[in-house]
Amino acid sequence: MFTSAVVGLAVAVFLASFVEFVEALTIVLAMGMTRSWKSAWAGTIAALVALAAFTAAAGYALATWLPEAALQLVVGTLLLIFGLQWLRKAVLRSSGRKALHDEAEEFREQAEAARRAGQQSRFGLDWFAFVVSFKGVFLEGVEVVFIVITFGLNAQNMPVAIVGAAAAGLIVVVVGAFAHGPLTRVPENTLKYGVGLLLATFGLFWAVEGLGLLAPGHHSLDWPGGDWALLVLLAVWLLLSRALVAALRRPVAAPHAAVAGAQRVTEEV
Amino acid sequence: MRYVRGFLRFWYDFIVGDDWKIAVAVVVALGAGALAVLAGYGGSALFAPLVGLGVLATFVVALLVDVRGTR
Repeated sequence: MFTSAVVGLAVAVFLASFVEFVEALTIVLAMGMTRSWKSAWAGTIAALVALAAFTAAAGYALATWLPEAALQLVVGTLLLIFGLQWLRKAVLRSSGRKALHDEAEEFREQAEAARRAGQQSRFGLDWFAFVVSFKGVFLEGVEVVFIVITFGLNAQNMPVAIVGAAAAGLIVVVVGAFAHGPLTRVPENTLKYGVGLLLATFGLFWAVEGLGLLAPGHHSLDWPGGDWALLVLLAVWLLLSRALVAALRRPVAAPHAAVAGAQRVTEEV
Repeated sequence: MRYVRGFLRFWYDFIVGDDWKIAVAVVVALGAGALAVLAGYGGSALFAPLVGLGVLATFVVALLVDVRGTR
């Protein structure tokens, strides 16, 4: 019942969705606290409606039109690109070559932009707060939807994928409501590292299986060991990323901020 | 036209992201794997691990090129 693929599916979808929801929450909070809660909520709800339509269309199209091997190849390739982008950033951050993602700083920037923006009212709403909230929730939401659909369809377990994402969304909303501010204590950089590893693992697994589309029978190819290969791939990506961090680590003869940053990386990763 | 450009920009940003070299690395490695399948090597037990190693290698190259460019 709980195979490595199912557990990996639930964990990957939960963590990926959690990170995206935290980022969306920061944007909505910044708009609500500095401009207008009514407009921020309206933008959020409009984005959720647009996301529902997008989910129905994309899910139906992927499930209906693509044979299994093609689905694996297409979504595996996309997941692999997403995962390696996240992993690249994680390696650069951990080696001190890129600033750590800071949700508090992100909140300050969004709030500052909101204060500077002019007043424009449409349909009784603060248009700036509405549009920024809409775009923030929609863009982060599209990533969640994509991850849920691709993981759910490929693992043939959509309920687990949906529950994973919904649990993440619920936790972020509840914690955000209590905190009444951006979730700065969430170890976001570490989470993103983990999500990068998981997306790269599943993406590579499915993309290679999907190459069977080009074989005479058009059937998916197999990894040695079946689903257990996922654990091996995860370990390989982890080891490779740690080796890259060690090889690319910048000398610490840097200003105070960089030293503090490096210490935080060590604590987080 | 502005909307079409915005639409395409959205999907480019969504799929390719910050660093186009990563997308190229994936496409190159999987493209080589696709050619190997077309050549009839897809049935080998070593095929999947070798394509996996190819993706690892192209990822490392893309990252090193990236770092070298910003050094």
